[in-house]
Amino acid sequence: MTPQNEEELARMVAEADGPLRIVGGGTRPIGRSTGAALSLAGMAGITLYEPGALTLVAKAGTPLAEVQARLAAENQRLAFEPMDHRALLGTSGEPTIGGMVAANVSGPRRISVGACRDFMLGVRFVDGAGHIIKNGGRVMKNVTGYDLVKLLTGSYGTLGVLTEVSLKVLPDVETQAALVLDGLDDVTAVSAMAAAMSSPFEVTGAAHDPAAGRTLLRLEGFAASVAYRAQALAGVLAPFGTVTVLDDPAQGAAIWAAIRDVTAFAGQTGCVWRLSVKASDAPALVAKSGARAVIYDWAGGLVWLLADGDLRARLADFAGHATLIRGQADVPVFQPEPAPVAALSAGLRAKFDPRGIFNPGIMG
Amino acid sequence: MQMPVPNAGVLSRKDQIVSRLAAVLPPDALMSDIAETRAYECDALTAYRCPPLAVVLPSTTEEVAAVLKVCHELGVPVVPRGSGTSLAGGALPTADCVILGVARMTQVIETNYPDRYIRVQTGRTNLSVTGAVEADGFFYAPDPSSQLACAIAGNIAMNSGGAHCLKYGVTTNNLLGVTLVTMDGTVMEIGGAHMDAGGLDLLGVICGSEGQLGVVTEATLRILPKPEGARPVLMGYDSSEVAGQVVTDIIKAGILPVAIEFMDRPCIEATEAFAKAGYPICEALLIVEVEGSPAEIDAQLALIMDIARRHNPVELREAKDAAEAGRIWLGRKSAFGAMGQINDYMCLDGTIPVSALPYVLRRIGEMSKEYGLGVGNVFHAGDGNMHPLILFDANKPGDLELCEAFGADILRLCVEVGGCLTGEHGVGIEKRDLMHVQFAPADLEAQMAVKDVFDPAWLLNAAKVFPLDSSAPRRAA
Repeated sequence: MTPQNEEELARMVAEADGPLRIVGGGTRPIGRSTGAALSLAGMAGITLYEPGALTLVAKAGTPLAEVQARLAAENQRLAFEPMDHRALLGTSGEPTIGGMVAANVSGPRRISVGACRDFMLGVRFVDGAGHIIKNGGRVMKNVTGYDLVKLLTGSYGTLGVLTEVSLKVLPDVETQAALVLDGLDDVTAVSAMAAAMSSPFEVTGAAHDPAAGRTLLRLEGFAASVAYRAQALAGVLAPFGTVTVLDDPAQGAAIWAAIRDVTAFAGQTGCVWRLSVKASDAPALVAKSGARAVIYDWAGGLVWLLADGDLRARLADFAGHATLIRGQADVPVFQPEPAPVAALSAGLRAKFDPRGIFNPGIMG
Repeated sequence: MQMPVPNAGVLSRKDQIVSRLAAVLPPDALMSDIAETRAYECDALTAYRCPPLAVVLPSTTEEVAAVLKVCHELGVPVVPRGSGTSLAGGALPTADCVILGVARMTQVIETNYPDRYIRVQTGRTNLSVTGAVEADGFFYAPDPSSQLACAIAGNIAMNSGGAHCLKYGVTTNNLLGVTLVTMDGTVMEIGGAHMDAGGLDLLGVICGSEGQLGVVTEATLRILPKPEGARPVLMGYDSSEVAGQVVTDIIKAGILPVAIEFMDRPCIEATEAFAKAGYPICEALLIVEVEGSPAEIDAQLALIMDIARRHNPVELREAKDAAEAGRIWLGRKSAFGAMGQINDYMCLDGTIPVSALPYVLRRIGEMSKEYGLGVGNVFHAGDGNMHPLILFDANKPGDLELCEAFGADILRLCVEVGGCLTGEHGVGIEKRDLMHVQFAPADLEAQMAVKDVFDPAWLLNAAKVFPLDSSAPRRAA
């Protein structure tokens, strides 16, 4: 099914007699969804872009590349730096803006500017009964009614089929530089990243690659400001080791794209887990994870692990979330929720999709 | 403003309800005498008042849960209350309700600098959250202008903003986790010290739900390192179109100021008469503030001044030091007080796309003449969040109603140009009956379905947010 507009989509949903598998670009097939494919490819295009108001509205099937090209032409960007899952998951196709929102996809800059959900201004969607619903809008401050925009963002299509999304965009930067520390163990690296994040120098990326023995801190902005902050931050990091500065922006962009897309795991077989925890808890959890490979992002708040079997069982009772991004481990894809929270989530799904036809099996 | 008829059954069982509450609370945490409950009859929307059936002031999550359990069992409506600073009537009681105030829950539970968060009880005031961490070089970013008094509980309920949200976001962007007690007394943790939980973003929908989904007793808040410094520049223009273009040009140049504040002529005149901040008397005044090291501030202000000059300002003044910065902010920070000196006023907070600014200001000016009521505009220009202040005389019969009608017309205009009814104050009772202007029935139905899940009996703050005719079947059920 490939509806061409909202009304057609609403009719298809209302008349559906079985599960639907909602497809944007098909590049992020996380979880085990079944059902007839419902493609948003027919509903594409940027409907509004006001650079001076930092606002972009696009239909859900719009290729992300089209959005990013349009923004780049005005020297703006999606500041939350959405990850491209293709290399990691071995998928092809074109990521769409709707898929990005449905999976709340962010990247390394999430630690300083927020996640995809923090940039979402509005949604239009079709619920499980075939109603067309809007929430939020296109303005940056809006507390009118409940924030269903956030509820829909990251809901993996289980509450509704997104048809249009509005986002806040931000200016692109003049340049970037990375400060590099070599040879730190995980505990020291997390401490160094915490020190950088606690400085006033506006670090927009903090990652640690244990295999390469390399810890990276990113600075962005106008050239003079980046140069000033690089020097100041080097002072903050001096107690942790020798600091080198990578000030070639093209080289920096490539390094951060690799961290964002977890390309280090791309060719390797096995399960890929995404662990969201309190940064200072991360090294101890990694130590008992049995992981074959690890990448720390978000100053340690996000850990990518190449680890087979039931990672959650090995981590035992930890505070945070482990999501199975790739592979079969015979466990739920998403972290099981405590009973009262799970009851609320199930209640919401039952309200928005009473027949349980949207992406069954992904979230429960 | 219409409110539902109080439930006679509940009113008649007052003694039973009070004694059941007394059994789960310390003696000084419960009030049911009218002499005491009257203190809770309104919030900052003082035009509407109604003493509640009883007031409870619990000190712990367990006490909150016990109170809600009793009220749930007895079918008693509950209205949660932070510090009572809502301008939208978010904490307005009904005669049959129990006010659940969190004012005694002010503890800091944990401060964690390496992971940059603080966990507090939600009765703590916004400013005292920053107060708990500023000696160590950190701050809590959302800064509503009532921050000296307003509680984190209310900030979460209304998803409060502030002057600096262009850079730092609003409450929802700085909230990591909550302890939520639902109406049936169930206590649960949502989110935590980590970022981006998997699963549905319940935290996102709880924030801004105006106390209708549950009572938030504890919150984990993101704290940030304080910037090295901040300095503003002031510029005056002889038309709002030009000032609007300056804002657009600054943003398009890739500069992200922490604040861009706008004042129009009526507001400038009132402020000058009151605070004598030395503002130019002109059609539009902008205050633009940037942050960083002294050299970074100089560099950013130089770019901003270049843009400002290209548009022929009637005045352009850069703060060279803290004293000059203070003088530039003085008028803006006195604006509400200055308008209050002239008259009673009603403050709206509709948001518009920045591009619609000149049209909206022109229309507000025209409507001001039609209604015969003065209006001044102060607002956060970077994000389009307007604050029209409509002047009226509360002692003059009919003036409040006239002012409300004018306000409603302004909010309809905000929606008509692609904006919304409220950017940071919330709907409460004030904008409740205008929700139809912004939302179709299916849109409201989807929102009410969320409340059905969290509070199936519709006991929690139920007469707010949704138009009474829309919520009637659920409230009656």
